[in-house]
Amino acid sequence: MRQLLSGNEAVAIGAIKAGIRFFAGYPITPSTEIAEYMARELPKIGGVFIQMEDEIASINAVIGASAAGMKAMTATSGPGFSLMQEGIGYACMAEIPCLIVNVQRGGPATGLPTKPSQSDVMQARWGTHGDHPIVVFYPYSVLESFYLTVKAVNTAYFLRVPVILLTDEIIAHMREVVELPEEIEIYQPKRKKKSPEEFLLYSEETIYDAEVAYFGEGYRIHISGLTHREDGFPTNNPEEIKRKLDRLKRKIEDNKEKLWDLEYQDIGAEICLISYGISARTALEAKYIFEKEEKRALGYIRLKTIWPFPDKPLKSLLKSAKKVIVVEMNQGQLINEIERAISPEIEIVGVQRYDGEIITPEEILAVI
Amino acid sequence: MKKFLKEEPKVYLSKDNKKIKVIKYFCKGCGICINFCPKKVLDWDKDFKVFAKNPDECIACYLCELMCPDFAIFIEKEK
Amino acid sequence: MKEEIKNYLRLDERFPHILCPGCGIGTITNILIRTFNELNLDKNNICLVSGIGCSSRIPGYIDCDTFHTLHGRAIPCAIGVKLAKPHLKVIVIGGDGDILAIGLSHFIHAARRNIDLTVIIINNFNYGMTGGQVSPTTPKGKFTYTTPYGNPEEEFDIYEISKSAGAVFFARSTTYHTAHLKNIFKKALTKKGFSVVEVISQCPTLYGRLNRLGDAVKMLEDFKNRAINISHIKDLSEIPADKIAIGILLDREREEYCEKLKRIIDEKRD
Repeated sequence: MRQLLSGNEAVAIGAIKAGIRFFAGYPITPSTEIAEYMARELPKIGGVFIQMEDEIASINAVIGASAAGMKAMTATSGPGFSLMQEGIGYACMAEIPCLIVNVQRGGPATGLPTKPSQSDVMQARWGTHGDHPIVVFYPYSVLESFYLTVKAVNTAYFLRVPVILLTDEIIAHMREVVELPEEIEIYQPKRKKKSPEEFLLYSEETIYDAEVAYFGEGYRIHISGLTHREDGFPTNNPEEIKRKLDRLKRKIEDNKEKLWDLEYQDIGAEICLISYGISARTALEAKYIFEKEEKRALGYIRLKTIWPFPDKPLKSLLKSAKKVIVVEMNQGQLINEIERAISPEIEIVGVQRYDGEIITPEEILAVI
Repeated sequence: MKKFLKEEPKVYLSKDNKKIKVIKYFCKGCGICINFCPKKVLDWDKDFKVFAKNPDECIACYLCELMCPDFAIFIEKEK
Repeated sequence: MKEEIKNYLRLDERFPHILCPGCGIGTITNILIRTFNELNLDKNNICLVSGIGCSSRIPGYIDCDTFHTLHGRAIPCAIGVKLAKPHLKVIVIGGDGDILAIGLSHFIHAARRNIDLTVIIINNFNYGMTGGQVSPTTPKGKFTYTTPYGNPEEEFDIYEISKSAGAVFFARSTTYHTAHLKNIFKKALTKKGFSVVEVISQCPTLYGRLNRLGDAVKMLEDFKNRAINISHIKDLSEIPADKIAIGILLDREREEYCEKLKRIIDEKRD
């Protein structure tokens, strides 16, 4: 069935389809439509919606619900995302799966509530304190908003991590005609959990792709934000501390290949455009204009997975490139990561805009 | 989970078979039970842990057991 | 150790627990376990949620689902747990700093919503875990490491805040009045709605020492001498400022949040 949907609606629909039944959030432009959709639809399917008193309460309620076995999410924008960082760190440490949607707007601080930016990319990686890997996806269309939300929820439960879905004010508010699938695949854990006497919340068996115990199932588990041992209780023992932090790192390291997701075209070309989210739409348009006028191919790579950063795929895809143009709506956040990943012989140019206006194809064509 | 005590409690018996049980390695010597016992049954031993100095005076009011912050002392009456 | 106590404790190599000798929090744990036992609560249906602080370390030692969250955030986490699994008895345990300073907003809103939680506020008049700093309940003039010249601020009245915010139950007791405390716990745990219990507790290592209040025994004697049982008082404003009013100060009825939510869901379900 074809329908006209906005990006925010597609995120909400995708979340519900993927099994999300708990939403705790706080209104903030431009993400509020997700909350309002959830407020209407969740009660109809026995889900729970609650508008909390602030974003800090929201992320913590999401963590509580997820720890008690209900798939949970929240949605916010820059200022709220900043408030949620401690909670996100807790979800990393305690290995609690959940979905956090950040619909990016101009920053810093109150910034531009009604205008897009892509300036939270680095914050999504390192917003919370401490050594912690993170998984971040970023769609560029309404249909992809649906699919990447589903992927984000499945990934969260596969890896037992918080997953951040970045979008921006344009993707969130634009409307496109889409045909959504009736059925989607919901992740099911491979390993079944042991009995309460033998089960350990943070053992090698439960690192990922494993069934886990939640509150209220008779397992009487202990969940804590303190660095802890395999049974969840706090430790000061250097070996156990290292083991825990290595475990958090390995969750992502071991599964990087699975998580990396890029779209690319004409990869053998000398010049290649690299972009993500709203800017990728401009990059694609610039590519068509260039190819029509110049009659030669322009390479194009679009990142769907922002973190873990797809350094290996980029390096390999750009083997024959001489020049790379990174298009992003910020003062240059991913460009440094890209430069670090690819051959130093390749010339790198950034097309950056951070005045709340979408980058135009002309700005990209000007630097080719 | 495996529940255990590292050592057996020390048991002090009264004439009428009341048992005053002290888990010595739990006791932190805070003195609360010693001070509030209405019959002055308890005192510190040489290790600064509680012991029943006058077990025969014990009336099994359970004040020590209820007030102890460390689950270190229990009273058992004959059924 | 008695079987009924052992049942509710995670009796492993971590005992004796980390709290100081004579700490009132230990006594409160003792009474809480006995309350569970006397109410015949199935430990598989209890979830203890705590934040950060000495008081918040208790759940780690108790044999049920335990949730040690971020500083001040026990209440929103508890709300998430309660809404996801409404059949669980969700109890929040925290100190005066955790719940009434950083966590105050969550406390007030949860009271307003009247979510079915029992919040046990262990008031030892300072931040103990971090070494003895001033808290919102430290009385005026008292010394802590961040009020070395005497506290210039006045303290909160937790009862007034709870009442104004919408709590349906508020009671106070102390670590001296153990039998009274057990009865209060029983009533608070069986009351439907947002129930608050404030327990006055001794911190002999920090607050007590910095204000020359003596050891644990002396501080408990002081609680005994200053306590007034309000069930014999008609007008709470008659109580002199230096006394501790113990008993049930508030017990009323309001529609509880989870029930309201369930009604909405049952109405709207396809």
